[in-house]
Amino acid sequence: MAVLKVKFTKTRRDKLAQILWILNWISVVTGVILFSLGLFLKVELKKREDLMAEKDIQYVPNMLIAVGLIACAINFLGGKICYDCVDSSKFLRWKLIMLPYIVCTFFFTLCVLVGALMCYSMHWELEEALNLGLMQAMRFYKDTDMPGRCFLKHTVDTLQIQFQCCGNSGYKDWFHIQWISHRYLDMSKKEVVDRLRSNVEGKYLMDGVPFSCCNINSPRPCIQQQITNNSAHFNYEHQTEDQNLWMKGCRQALLEYYTHIMQSIGLTVLITWLFELSVLTGVRYLQTSLENVLRQGDPDSESDGWLLENSLMETARTNLSIIKSLGKSNQINTANNGDPNIDVPSTSKAHYGPDNVPPKEKMETS
Amino acid sequence: MAVGKITFTKTEREKLAEVLWLLNWISVVTGAILFGLGLFLKIEIQKWQEVMSEQGILYVPHMLITTGLAACGINYLGSKICLDCADTNKFLRWKLVMMPYIVCTFFFTACVLAGALMCYSIRSQLEEALYLGLRNTMRFYKDTDTPGRCYLKKTLDLLQIQFQCCGNTDFRDWFQIQWISSRYLDMTNSAVVDRVRSNVEGKYLMDSVPFSCCSTLSSRPCIQHNLSNPGAHAHYDEQSQQLNLWRRGCQQALLDHYTGIMQSIGLTVLLIWLFELLVLTGVRYLQTAMENVIRLGDPDSESEGWILENSLAETACYNFSIIKSLGKCYQADDDPNINVPTAAAGQEVPSAQVTS
Repeated sequence: MAVLKVKFTKTRRDKLAQILWILNWISVVTGVILFSLGLFLKVELKKREDLMAEKDIQYVPNMLIAVGLIACAINFLGGKICYDCVDSSKFLRWKLIMLPYIVCTFFFTLCVLVGALMCYSMHWELEEALNLGLMQAMRFYKDTDMPGRCFLKHTVDTLQIQFQCCGNSGYKDWFHIQWISHRYLDMSKKEVVDRLRSNVEGKYLMDGVPFSCCNINSPRPCIQQQITNNSAHFNYEHQTEDQNLWMKGCRQALLEYYTHIMQSIGLTVLITWLFELSVLTGVRYLQTSLENVLRQGDPDSESDGWLLENSLMETARTNLSIIKSLGKSNQINTANNGDPNIDVPSTSKAHYGPDNVPPKEKMETS
Repeated sequence: MAVGKITFTKTEREKLAEVLWLLNWISVVTGAILFGLGLFLKIEIQKWQEVMSEQGILYVPHMLITTGLAACGINYLGSKICLDCADTNKFLRWKLVMMPYIVCTFFFTACVLAGALMCYSIRSQLEEALYLGLRNTMRFYKDTDTPGRCYLKKTLDLLQIQFQCCGNTDFRDWFQIQWISSRYLDMTNSAVVDRVRSNVEGKYLMDSVPFSCCSTLSSRPCIQHNLSNPGAHAHYDEQSQQLNLWRRGCQQALLDHYTGIMQSIGLTVLLIWLFELLVLTGVRYLQTAMENVIRLGDPDSESEGWILENSLAETACYNFSIIKSLGKCYQADDDPNINVPTAAAGQEVPSAQVTS
């Protein structure tokens, strides 16, 4: 009993082929869109790779790029096939390819779905990468004289200004880090030496933040030093002051930015997946209806099209048994040292004719 | 003696009409581009209009916008006319309109040229507007509690961060302005009171700059205070001083930004002007060729087309005399019939015999 059987007249088959040709070309365009979205995401992640720890998150844009290219190729081929399917004689060219093509496209649409789901699941890995990366970047903020780290000050400052954030989870992260290099500390001053001595690891820590944390919306000039000391500044209370510095942490800001991009991309990929699925269904119907037409012999007659010839259970069983037999033919029978001819009882005696028959004179035939 | 005379066969006339129809449609597109450029310039100027003292420079984008719209209209009409000009019968419909159309388009192309030249000439006006505007904005930087000025701090901070500049001409402009409001000054502190008293106008001036002047390219944390005293900071050498703050003045930065935009726009408008002139020349040739064909009577014959029927000097004289006579007939002469001598009765001329 076929799954979802639909009857097709000749005109309906022709129309289906034409519509599928257009849809396949639209799918090529969506494949290009998928490719460019993957490229965009790759560029965005690479832009800030200094702030992300060594985690493999590049697999998501790489997957999208590969899926986009394959979609272009598969749908281009599909467009050619559907264009030829209007004519039964041209269909014969593609007859043997179509079923493998449909099976490949089915597994490909699964890849598209996996790609869409990956976009949403990348969130946690990204958070971890950003947390570690930002911590490192802040620690090396002061090392502007060390090769390989000299650009981190500029990167962190531009990040804090652009994304309107301060520190990893908040501005207080800067209080636990020495962000002023020893080169710029005046060791002749008593308070500097005292502060260094009072710290266990000999780090110069203070309740101050870099200038890039300053909030441009603040009505008063920025207070960067002695932030927790209310008496150091006139008319200032740091517990209630939320306009002076950026209150958001940079990890949160970057995460929101990337999550927004990923969600948009994920949604687009899901819509592309649904579209590909509908095109695949149409191609399957076209293939089955054309094969039935050929079986019936008359190219103008009606024919049936279906998704599966038998019910789902039977098809699954048939396919599993095919796979099992493939598996068996690869197994080696180790009982007879691998020789399949030993100990196989002959089912019929070989007939060599009766025994002890004297040889006849051969008659020469000219 | 005609200027630029060319002989046109029938096929040449038809081809010219077709080519002009296409060129007129391309000109509609360039008109839309002109409109878009004007709109873009208007938006760019309005983005930073708070730091400009007067809005007079907005006449440049307005000119470009109106010219663009006029170009679309004129060239659309032109394409319709040229499409009909391939056929002599249809040309008769447009015969009376064509001469005024060509004159209008000629003056219109002059407007396009004026628009292009304006883009280049506006620099000095912009410089003045920016200087005054930035000076005022810096003066009102501290007035975040005064309505109408409360956003100027944010605007100026954003400007300095985005354009990587500090002050009007230099970061030292901040030393002459009180940019910290009195609300945040501790008047019980003797140092503060001394500084305010030592200033003639009672302003709190100091040698420091706001945080938005800090350069992100500096290798050391930003030094904003005690800038005139390099010795107050550890290892504050010449190179550190160069990299510490943004060195460029915001007037220069904005001027460079807008000059770049205007030059590109001006170049594009000049190219569009040349194209319009080309199309106008073609339409003029087509008009004169078609009129000569009608004068000759035979629609399939050859005809001549020109830019001007007589030489430039003669045409100029002729037009001036037309304008003068127009002027004369508006002069107040009450009764044109007074003092006109009548013919004498004895000089009647016998009527001529009419021969059939």
